[in-house]
Amino acid sequence: MDEIIVKLAICIERGKTNKTSPYPPDLREQDGADELAKQAIEAGIDANRILGACMQGMQSIGEKFAKNEAFVPELLMSAKAMNAVMVHLKPFFQSGSVQRKGKFIIGTVAGDLHDIGKKLVSMVVEGNGWEVIDLGVDVSTDKYLAAIAQHPNAIVGMSALLTTTMVNMEKSIQAIKAKYPATKVLVGGAPLTQDFANKIHADGYAPDPQAAVKLLNSYVA
Amino acid sequence: MKKITDILKTGRILVSDGAWGTFLHKKGLQSGECPESWNLTHPELVEDIPHQYIQAGADMVLTNSFGANPFKLQHYNLSDKVYEINKAAAAISRRAAGKDYFVLGSIGPTGVILMMGDVTEQELYEGFKIQAQGLYDGGVDAVCIETMSALDEAEQAIRAVKENTDLEIVCTFTFERTINGDYRTMMGVSPRQMLEMTQKLGVDIIGTNCGNGMSRMVEIVRELRTANRDIPILVHANAGKPLLQDGKTVFPETPQEMAALVPQLIQAGANIIGGCCGTGPEHIQQLKLAVKQYKKV
Repeated sequence: MDEIIVKLAICIERGKTNKTSPYPPDLREQDGADELAKQAIEAGIDANRILGACMQGMQSIGEKFAKNEAFVPELLMSAKAMNAVMVHLKPFFQSGSVQRKGKFIIGTVAGDLHDIGKKLVSMVVEGNGWEVIDLGVDVSTDKYLAAIAQHPNAIVGMSALLTTTMVNMEKSIQAIKAKYPATKVLVGGAPLTQDFANKIHADGYAPDPQAAVKLLNSYVA
Repeated sequence: MKKITDILKTGRILVSDGAWGTFLHKKGLQSGECPESWNLTHPELVEDIPHQYIQAGADMVLTNSFGANPFKLQHYNLSDKVYEINKAAAAISRRAAGKDYFVLGSIGPTGVILMMGDVTEQELYEGFKIQAQGLYDGGVDAVCIETMSALDEAEQAIRAVKENTDLEIVCTFTFERTINGDYRTMMGVSPRQMLEMTQKLGVDIIGTNCGNGMSRMVEIVRELRTANRDIPILVHANAGKPLLQDGKTVFPETPQEMAALVPQLIQAGANIIGGCCGTGPEHIQQLKLAVKQYKKV
């Protein structure tokens, strides 16, 4: 029983989605996250433990990414493997037998079409046990406000890649704080710094996806 | 017109242009507006950018076509105008450059990732092909496939240009310094890996752009030059890492500060020097001056 969970965590960390996936080459022909999750459920393993394996795998790859030992492709493959597990866990989330840590609304700011950084954060956060509401790219202030109205206790994340759009974060944060003073807003993106985040009154700055997870978990701890 | 590489063979250091995106915003481009659509709606405002860079001393100018691929234009419902927008971009810069200055057609990344299965190699190739044909028909001398981070995407862009035009190809990648002190793109590509791929495909000029101010560019160029003695290297450096001042994004490196590093950059092995985000005509003017003075030494 435990062996499946250990293997599953390894498949998530290594980005092994399913048996037919050629990546990574050294795990070719072996069961991937998809098959192992199914086997685990059939063997009656608690869905919380299956989610725990995802969290462990995503945390390992997230830490490597933060240390520049892994890069975007590796992280994306891990997230893909994790998504395969999430499909199997969906009924357990719906029935409430597996509880998530909270809700995280994420989007790339107005005027900015860059999807990759935001996607990476959303996948790592989801893999850590959060429900993620991804608003997409070029997200207007109104769209953030509407999403908060729909998910009142959610924490908000904003991403920007362009130096020309990072300033739009300030406007969106001002509007959010005016209407929902208790809502926490985290920011991230290549051109950002902690200093910039402080100046625009963000509650937190995450230089990488794993840092976003740490911040989020600190709010529910 | 002569080839860029022919001029470089004489040992001359050439100066390229500065930023386009930040310049367009200064001219009134609104956040959320498609920068490349201005080629059709505000050609005279766009033309002023290469015009100013040439006035400042640039030997070559790029085009307003960085994001003019089907995947990005789709967001603005302009994916059926890829050819038209690229052709207009090339024609605008050609008008500003006349016959005496080089025009390099800009081709940037699509924002879609091959390995995630977002798109096929064939779809990427076809998109870059339309872009290359538009730029070619608009009159560019070369293309600059720039700000790349993934080998597979850059490869499709290079093939699309190479197999459908006879233009010289410049290809630049954006490297970041890792905490271990070496340089990688966000996709994990090292300068050596980039060099290997571009050499295999017969790219004429390689380089690095964006992400870094001048001093780090010196280190990246040194690494590329150590790995290959002959390939011409282009550098488009940011004016440092952006800061927020009074609600506005500002780039900290002054034209003089950037120009002060030109001798180091040339010694490291750079052959073409220009700017990226946050640089303007004043930066190019100072870079030109520094290049001229270097030659007198």
